[in-house]
Amino acid sequence: MLDIKDLHKSYSTDVEVLCGITMTLKSGEFLTVIGPSGAGKSTFLRCINGLVDSTRGSCRLKGEEILGLNGTALRRVRRRIGMIFQSHALVDRLTVMENLLSGRLGYTNFWSSWIRRFPQEEVTRAFDLLERVGLEGYEDRRADQLSGGQRQRVGIARALLQRPELLLVDEPTASLDPKTSRQIMRLLRELARENNLAVIANLHDVALAKMFSDRIIGLSDGRIVFEGKPDELEDEILSTIYGEEDWSAA
Amino acid sequence: MPVAERDGLKVWQRRTRGATLTRWAAWLVFLLVFLYCWQQISERTLWIFVLDSHKQAWDLGVRMTPPRWTYIGDLWGPLWDTLNIATLGTVLAILMATPLAFLAAKNTTPHPLIRQVALILIVASRSINTLIWAILFVVLFGPGVVAGVLAITLRSVGFIGKLLYESIEEISPSPVEAIRAVGGTPPQVLTYGIFPQVFPAFVGISVFRWDINIRESTIVGLVGAGGIGLQLDASVNSLLWSQVSLILLIVFILVLFSEWLSATIRKAVT
Repeated sequence: MLDIKDLHKSYSTDVEVLCGITMTLKSGEFLTVIGPSGAGKSTFLRCINGLVDSTRGSCRLKGEEILGLNGTALRRVRRRIGMIFQSHALVDRLTVMENLLSGRLGYTNFWSSWIRRFPQEEVTRAFDLLERVGLEGYEDRRADQLSGGQRQRVGIARALLQRPELLLVDEPTASLDPKTSRQIMRLLRELARENNLAVIANLHDVALAKMFSDRIIGLSDGRIVFEGKPDELEDEILSTIYGEEDWSAA
Repeated sequence: MPVAERDGLKVWQRRTRGATLTRWAAWLVFLLVFLYCWQQISERTLWIFVLDSHKQAWDLGVRMTPPRWTYIGDLWGPLWDTLNIATLGTVLAILMATPLAFLAAKNTTPHPLIRQVALILIVASRSINTLIWAILFVVLFGPGVVAGVLAITLRSVGFIGKLLYESIEEISPSPVEAIRAVGGTPPQVLTYGIFPQVFPAFVGISVFRWDINIRESTIVGLVGAGGIGLQLDASVNSLLWSQVSLILLIVFILVLFSEWLSATIRKAVT
C-alpha cells in the first residue's frame, strides 16, 4: 500500500540525511525501523507525511504520489496518515477530549473546531477509543496531569480517531519505563491488527523491535543496511547497523 | 592554557597569567574613571543646598501634613479618568500587539522580511517613553484623555509585542507538528497547537502591562494628557503641598489595588 522509491533528503547542500531509501509496505504490516541516533529514522517518517520536505524520490500511498504536495492536497493526504510522536506531542493545557478530537481537525472547518463542536459520531468514537486504550473517565483531565504512559495512550487514540490508512510511529517508548514501553507496544500492535493498519515504527530498542514487528529495516547513515524478519536479525547484522560491539557480552 | 606542567605535576588554574593581568588592569581603569567622575560631579554641585536637604525634607513633610482631605471630592473624576486611560490603552495595545507578535516570532512569521518590519515597529514603540508619546499626542489631538490613551497604547504595543513574541518562540514545537500532521489548516495549528501554549504568558503579560499602565497614566496628566496627573501638576505649581500629599496617597492606594488584582489574575491562569 506504500511504495517508496529512491527517497533522498539533505538539509544542507553537502550532507545527505537520507541517501536513496527504497521500500514497500503491505497493508496490515507492522514494520519497524531500527538504527543509531542520527541515522535518519525521524526524518524518514517526516518525509512521508510532508512534515519535512524530501529532496527527491517518490512515495506512493495506494498508488497515489504524495511527495511534493502542498496546501489542501497535502492536508488531504495527511488526514489518511496518523502519527504518534516520541514526546506524545499533546497540547498540555487542553483536556484529554480536546486532544483526542484534534485528531479530527483535518475534517473539521475552522469555526467548528474553534468552538469545539465535533460531530456526535466522532465524540462517541472518541469515548470508545478512550475506553479501548484504558483511559475511561479521563476525558476532562488536562493533558499535563497525566503520566507519561497515559499521555502516549492519548496520543495513540488521537491518531486512531483520525481513521488513518497508515500509521507512522516515531520512538513511541523513548521516554517510558520498560514495563510501560511493552504495554504501549502491545497496545499499538493490537490496535493495528484490529483496524488492519499498516504501521512504520521507529524504535531504538532492538528487543522491542524483535518482539513486536513483522519485518525490520535497519537504517545506518541514511541507507537501508538490513531488511528481514525479526529472527534474521543476528549479532553481526547489529554490528553493520550500529557499529562494532560485543553484543553478547555483559 | 590553564593547565601547565611544573615539576612533573599538572597544575590547573582558572585563568592564564595574561587573562588575570588583563582583568586587574580593567578593574584599575574602571576605578580611575569612577574617581574622575566623582570629582567632576563634586565640583559642579552646590554643596550648601545638598547639606541642608534634610531640613528641606522636614519642611516639605510639615507642609504636606495633614493632607487636605476635603480636596478628595475633586479627585474622583480624574481618578476614574486615570483608570480608564490605563485600561483602554492596554486593551488597544493588546489588539495591536498580538498580531504583531505572531508576525515577529521566528516560528510563526510568514516571511523573514515581514518579521524584520514587525521587530522594527516593536523596537520603535519601546524606545519612546510614554511621556514623550503623550507630548506628541497632546500637540496632535489637544489636551485630554484621548492623548493619554494613545500614549499608553503606543508605548505598550512594544512591551506586550516583545514579551509575547519571545514566549511564542519558546513554545514546544511537537504539539504544533502533531496538529500539522493530522491535516489541520494554519488557523487550526494556531488555535490548537500554539495559542493554548502561550495563553498563560498572554494573560500574564497583558495584566502586568495594565498594572504598569495604571502607574504611567497617573503622570501623563503632567503634560496635559488627562487623568490625576493634571491635579498633581496644578497642586505642585501652586505649592499646595497638602493636596499633593493627598494625591500621592490616593495614587499609592490605586497602585496597590492594581498590583493585587494583577497578581491574583496571574496566579489563577496556569
